[in-house]
Amino acid sequence: MVLAEGVYKSFGRLEVLRGIDLTVQRQEVVCIIGPSGSGKSTLLRCINHLEKINAGRLSVDGELVGYREQAGRLHELREREVSAKRAEIGMVFQQFNLFPHMTVLDNVIEAPTRVKKIPRSEAVELAGQLLDQTGMKEKSSAYPKQLSGGQQQRVAIARALAMRPKLMLFDEPTSALDPELVGEVLAVMRDLATSGMTMVVVTHEMGFAREVGDTLIFMDDGVVVETGRPQQVLASPEHERTRAFLSKVL
Amino acid sequence: MTPQPGESAARVGPPADIKAVPVHHPGRWLAAVVVLVLAAMLAHSLVTNPRFEWNVVWSYFLSGRVLAGLRVTILLTVVCMAIGIVLGVILAVMRLSENPLLSGSSWVYIWFFRGTPVLVQLLVWFNLAFLYPKISFGVPFGPSWLTGNANSLITPLTAAILGLGLNEGAYMAEIVRAGILSVEHGQSEAAQALGMSRAMTLRRIILPQAMRVIIPPTGNETISMLKTSSLASVITVTELLYAVQLIYSVNFKTIPLLIVASIWYLIVTSVLTVIQYYVERHYARGSARELPPTPRQRIWRYLTTFHTPPPAPVLAPPGTERR
Repeated sequence: MVLAEGVYKSFGRLEVLRGIDLTVQRQEVVCIIGPSGSGKSTLLRCINHLEKINAGRLSVDGELVGYREQAGRLHELREREVSAKRAEIGMVFQQFNLFPHMTVLDNVIEAPTRVKKIPRSEAVELAGQLLDQTGMKEKSSAYPKQLSGGQQQRVAIARALAMRPKLMLFDEPTSALDPELVGEVLAVMRDLATSGMTMVVVTHEMGFAREVGDTLIFMDDGVVVETGRPQQVLASPEHERTRAFLSKVL
Repeated sequence: MTPQPGESAARVGPPADIKAVPVHHPGRWLAAVVVLVLAAMLAHSLVTNPRFEWNVVWSYFLSGRVLAGLRVTILLTVVCMAIGIVLGVILAVMRLSENPLLSGSSWVYIWFFRGTPVLVQLLVWFNLAFLYPKISFGVPFGPSWLTGNANSLITPLTAAILGLGLNEGAYMAEIVRAGILSVEHGQSEAAQALGMSRAMTLRRIILPQAMRVIIPPTGNETISMLKTSSLASVITVTELLYAVQLIYSVNFKTIPLLIVASIWYLIVTSVLTVIQYYVERHYARGSARELPPTPRQRIWRYLTTFHTPPPAPVLAPPGTERR
């Protein structure tokens, strides 16, 4: 589903990603861990082209991200084409980023009705199902400010799912939450993984990575240091840097 | 012995309020006396000074010529603000564009129209015929389809609308830009991640949230425009000020007629203030947990509820505080 080969990204002189190779299979749940500043979030943002990569190749579902290859040359995609690609990838942010001037329901149906142009009644029905699935059905007419962080994040997940994405990206979805609210969000994500969604999750929740993840990636300083089965990486890491990081967080 | 959680239920009602001697504020009383004396002096002079000629004020207050002037003033304010807001949004979006030509031309526009006095701009538009005696529409550097005489095309009213409206656009551009910049970056990222285009993100997500920041200074600008429109009197537009000037230039009742104009300006300003309150309230959706009550609701609530004291804070019974 996602294929990265030698992905390189720098902000000015700061090298954030220094040659990332990564494969995500369909229906696979990949968890990315690592110290802050290791490039985890940037990698996620490159996957849906919120950031442009400087070198390497990155493709989603067999299609290059942000470019079209024609006669051996890369052509930049138009804004409309980039938007269409992004519409197929759901993204959940650390700070939720719900639209504060819209109710929960309007947040969820905004993109389906405006971008996909599906009829409102259909969108409302789908939103109802998704909000039910995330346990937020009763709060449909509330505004985001009236919800707890955990509730907001569950709405954000429903909003991303409403576009029927083939891939879901989670950027530290529980890092901004009070400890007692983390569980409700992880439960929704666990259900999603069980239903067969392809997921890339940047997280600090080692328990979640161990139970739900198929693959665990440890990133440090812009490179993938270690990849493997979560149980294996967490229990007996091969690299010294992984060991040092895990000894601090576990 | 620590009481069991269940025991606290036996407590009857909230504890009695604290009774203490309040702090005295002699300075406040002194200030109040000073203000009251000054107000009394002003009221006394307004009533007893015959030169205010209140009978003249009231006789002209609703006269046809004054009301006609008021209509032109309101028309100028509404039309020029509409031009200003539309221009302001376009210029602000241009200014924030990645295209250097767009942001550059927006910058030059704002620099020019903010940098010259609006009175000068009005006079230039009024005298445009000196610069371009003929105005024509057609292909640039090519044939023209429609040609008109600048003197008949640019009437004093058009000159005033152009001058005030284009000038306002420069100020509104900065207000709108501030509003757009006040919206968190995460909002446009979330919208783009959902596949929304930049234009749709601006229209559906960014501008509605920017409105909360844009409305208060825009209200200010509207009230300011109401008064700035009096500058149009120098280019012979018979708005409110010029209307009363025309009257007092004949009967020499200068002060009473200026009072007439002032009262009308105050009335319209008050109406605009009320409108602004409701517009702000509309765009406060979602920013507060609950909308503030309107003045009418506040009065209604005051009349219909008995003066019950506010509910006592729920205190945790001793010994059960969370650690």
